[in-house]
Parts: sequence; structure tokens; C-alpha cells
Amino acid sequence: MSFEPVESAAEARGDQLADRVLGSMAALFRFALVTTGTFLGLLAITFFIGRVVPIDPVLAVVGDRASNEVYEAARQAMGLDRPLIVQFFTYVGDVFTGNLGMSISTGRPVVEDLARFFPATLEMATIGILIGVLLGVPMGVLAATRQGTWTDQLIRVLGLLGYSVPAFWLGLVGLAVFYAGLGWVAGPGRIDIFYDGILDPVTGLYLIDSVIAGEWDIFWNALDHLLLPASILGFFSLAYIARMTRSFMLDQLGHEYVTTARVKGVPERRVIWRHAFYPIRIQLITVIGLSYAALLEGSVMIETVFSWPGIGNYLTNALLTADMNAVLGATLVIGAVFILINKISDVLYRILDPRARR
Amino acid sequence: MIAWLLDDSPTSRLQATLGRSYRVFTALMRNPLAVVGAVIILVLIAMAVFAPWIAPYSPVGQDLANRLMPPSADHLMGTDELGRDIFSRVVYGARITLLIVTMVAVIAAPIGLIVGAVSGYFGGWTDRILMGLTDIFLSMPKLILALAFVAALGPGIENAIIAIAITAWPVYARIARAETITFRDAEFIAAVRLQGASPARVILRHVLPLCASSTIVRVTLDMAGIILTAAGLGFLGLGAQPPLPEWGAMISRGRTFILDQWWVATMPGFAIILVSLGFCFLGDGLRDVLDPKQGDKS
Repeated sequence: MSFEPVESAAEARGDQLADRVLGSMAALFRFALVTTGTFLGLLAITFFIGRVVPIDPVLAVVGDRASNEVYEAARQAMGLDRPLIVQFFTYVGDVFTGNLGMSISTGRPVVEDLARFFPATLEMATIGILIGVLLGVPMGVLAATRQGTWTDQLIRVLGLLGYSVPAFWLGLVGLAVFYAGLGWVAGPGRIDIFYDGILDPVTGLYLIDSVIAGEWDIFWNALDHLLLPASILGFFSLAYIARMTRSFMLDQLGHEYVTTARVKGVPERRVIWRHAFYPIRIQLITVIGLSYAALLEGSVMIETVFSWPGIGNYLTNALLTADMNAVLGATLVIGAVFILINKISDVLYRILDPRARR
Repeated sequence: MIAWLLDDSPTSRLQATLGRSYRVFTALMRNPLAVVGAVIILVLIAMAVFAPWIAPYSPVGQDLANRLMPPSADHLMGTDELGRDIFSRVVYGARITLLIVTMVAVIAAPIGLIVGAVSGYFGGWTDRILMGLTDIFLSMPKLILALAFVAALGPGIENAIIAIAITAWPVYARIARAETITFRDAEFIAAVRLQGASPARVILRHVLPLCASSTIVRVTLDMAGIILTAAGLGFLGLGAQPPLPEWGAMISRGRTFILDQWWVATMPGFAIILVSLGFCFLGDGLRDVLDPKQGDKS
């Protein structure tokens, strides 16, 4: 008899585990469904922008001096005589088989271009988010523990500046001050011109490729070029991360268990990092995910200013030459990565946080 | 006068409305940052309205003899590559910025509110379809979407406004839906419905006015983002076209001279930062007064 409670406790634990697994699977299934829906939505939008919004996509290809026969032939070749819904599914099929059309400015398939330019964007955004997290989280914690002091005010103003400073302007000023004025960092571009083409593109990330090749000169040069644009990107994620960390921490520090811990004589460091910070780490994952996605978007402006050969720069160049295939391809890739990171951090939150699981 | 405004039992609708506005106003005035924000925005509006009297020079008048002059008593912010006075251009630029943010708010907020209210009021499949659409737009990167739309529509200030509005409406739909769901089953709504009011009337006359305060807060907070996106489009040459003195486009012109004539690109940037900060401050203050439950989430 006396063993019964133990057994039922074990059973209960087993049930709980089963619930957790089921819950996670339900969350994953929902994730897959919602993500697929959102991707189809993204495709519908790019399709709409490419085929419906322009006054006449055929004229854009053949020019307004084309004869009627040429016009009709081009129209049929582009499949524009078919119903819109058929055109849409053809488009979706094309995208999934990796056919995004040819870029008129580079003369190569858009997919090839994007694959070549993506690592540069990824490298910059990743270093940017590292800077944002490593500085932003401690700053947010500091602001929350010193609420109301000038440290707190300073960090809050910094956070608001992150919402009000145009990224391209900060990039230009950064170049003027740190490159031209002080000479602390290298100028625009990814690498000095005489190092160009030496590296074998293994991953496409110069920092990693140069280490693989053992070319430390190139590593330092690439880092030199990366530092300023990545810091500026990092500033924007820092502002957001610090702001959110501060508000999460304030929320936790207001709880009674924190007061209890302090009354018990737990050292303040431990109260802050173990008692108050530990519970917010899951919320922070979501915030970091969101700001990483936002960085990929923000890099469009920064890349343009720094002539950084990434997807953002490719997109703005395509915009200026009215290269619609390239514009839509880049929009699709940035949009897809953005959505994916968003949804993944959302589902991670659901799986990791016991409160959100219910 | 003030006693009349603060009367606990107002005798007319006008008195009630004015009294409430007065209370919001005094609460705002107690928040120093909100006051700073309000002053910045008032200055922006004054600059836009009285531009011809404030600006010492014409915003498009060229003076090639005085190209790229540094800031001085004659030219407070210096001159650009065509000898135009940058201060005057910044002052006239306030008109364009104000035009863009107002138009985006006027287009995006009503669309979002109606989508959200309809979605929340009817529920069921209407809700699922409309909110699915809203969520899809919400999870898109805004700047990229605006860029792609402008690319298809063609550059220009009107198209920039349309593109930004297309990316801005979903937030308001979310707000309106959340508010509508809390009111949908309230007794005053049931009473109006029993009197034979059509759904359109219930939504337009009784539900939407209740979304007003949270929408105002959200619009004010979104202004900074709208200004930055508009300036970004201008910087890339897709927004307002030269010779219009749009701040983003001015920064783009100054890009070539950033290393030697820093003022050409930096001055319009300060204007953008100041105005965006103003909207952030005012929005934070308004949120604390009108919508305290929303907290620090944004």
C-alpha cells in the first residue's frame, strides 16, 4: 500500500512527459502550417507585385515600339494570356524549382546571384547580432537594477535613438568619423582590392574562409572592413535588446520572490543573475530572434552605404536599374529568411516556456 | 472655466469630451519627455506652415558662386553642391515629411481599423481569413516590402506613401480586433443591436470610436518608423524626386561630399532624428496616459 503513491507519482510524471511531447508536436505542426501559409502569402505578394502592379509587364520587356505580333508573341511566351490563378501556380512551381528568372543587369540567373551575395549579408548580420546581444543584454540588466539613475536614463535614450536614427545616415557619419577622420577602420567594401579573389569561397564567409586557408592577413583585413558596418547594425539591435531586457528585468525584480531572496541574504549578484535573469532567458530568445531578422532587413541600407556586396546592395542596385526579376528574387529571399527566423523563435518560445505551452 | 472642464457630471457631450481632453492634456504636461516631444512636433508643424517666412532663402534657388559653403551666419547649415541654403531646404522639407506621415496615417489607420473591427465583430471564418491576411503582412519585412512595391509602382512621393501605407495597416487591424472582441458582447452593443442597428452602424458608430485612444497611441509611436522608411526611400532615390527638399534625398545628395563637406549630409539627418525622437517621446507619454495597460511592449 505504501508504495502506491510513489507509483502514481511516476505514472503522473510519465503522463506529464507524454503531454509535453504531444504539446511540442502540436506546436511543431502548427508551426509548419502557419509557416507554409505565410510563405504562400509572401509568394502571392511578390507575384502580385511582379505581374499585377506594373501597368503592362509585356511592354516592360518588348518596349513600346514593338509591333502587335511581337507583343502578342511575348505575351504568350510569358504566359500572360492564361488565367491569373494558373499564372500564380506556375510562378510557385518556378520558385520551388529554383527558377527566379534572369537578372537583366548581371545577365546571370537570379538564384546564382543571390547564392553568391547572401554570405556577405549573413556575415555582417551575424557579427551585428553578436555585438547587439553581448552589449545589449548587460546594458538592459544594468538599467533595470539602477532604475531612475542617470545610467538608466542614458540607456533609455540610447534605446530611443535606435528607433529614430536613420541607419544610412549613421553609416555615412560613421564612415566620415572613424574611417576618414580617425582612420581606425577600413573603408567601404568587404576586403582590400589586392586581396580580392585570393580566397577559395568555401562558406562564402570571409572570416571563416580565411581561417580555413590560413591567410591571417586576409582575416584581419576582412575584420577591419566588417567592424564598422557590423557595429552600426549592432547598435540598432543593441537598442532594441537593451530596451526589452530592461522591461523584462523590471518585471521580474518587482516580484516578491526576489524580495524574499534579498531578505534571506542572497548576494545581490546572485539575486540579479540567478533569480531575476534566469526566468527571462526564454523571452530574450524571442527578442534576439526578432532583432536578428530585423538586422537582415536593416542591412539593406547599411550595405548600400558601405558598398557591401550582399543581398541588400544587390536589391538596391536592381531597384535603380528596374531589374524586376532581381528585385523580386531578393525580396523573396530576405522575406523568407525573415519569416523563418520569426516563426522559429516563436515556436522555440512555445516549446521552452512552460507558461506558453498550456 | 477649469471647473467647468473638470465637472464630474458634464451636462453635454461637448463638455464631457473637452473635459476628458483637458485631463489627458494636464496628465501629459506632467511628463517632461512628452512635453519635449510635443514641442518638437509643434515646431515641425509651424515650420511646415510658415516655411516661406522662416526660411531665409528659396529651397530651390541655386547660387553657384556659393557652392558647398560651411555653416556660417549667412547660411546656418551651410550650402549644398548647387549653392542652395541647406537650412531653408530643411525647413521646406518639414512640409514633405508632414505630408508623408499624415497621408500614411490617413490611409493605413482606417483600413486597418475596419479590417480589424469587422474581423473581431463577426468572428468565425471572416475572422480567420482576415486575420490570416493580417498576419501574413505583419510577418513581412516592412522596408523590403515597401521597396518592392515602389519598384513596381515607380518612384515618386505618392507611390512611396502608398507603399508605406500598405506595410503599415496590419498593426491597426490587430489593435481594432482585440478591442472589438472585448466590446462585442457588452450590453450597450447588444442594446444598439436590439434597436435594429445594422452591423455597419454598430461598427462605425459604436465600436470604432472606442478604438480611438489605442490607435492614437499606436499611430504616434509608428510615426518614427514611417519617417525613417520614407527617408530611406528618398535616400535610395525612390521617394520624393529632386529638386524637392526631402530630407532622405538630401542626405543621398550629400553622400558624395561626406568626407570633406560633412554638413551637406549630416544636417538633414539631425532633422530626421529630432522629429522621430519627438514622436517617440510624445507616443510614450500618450501611452502612459491613455493606455497604461499596454506597458512597455512594442
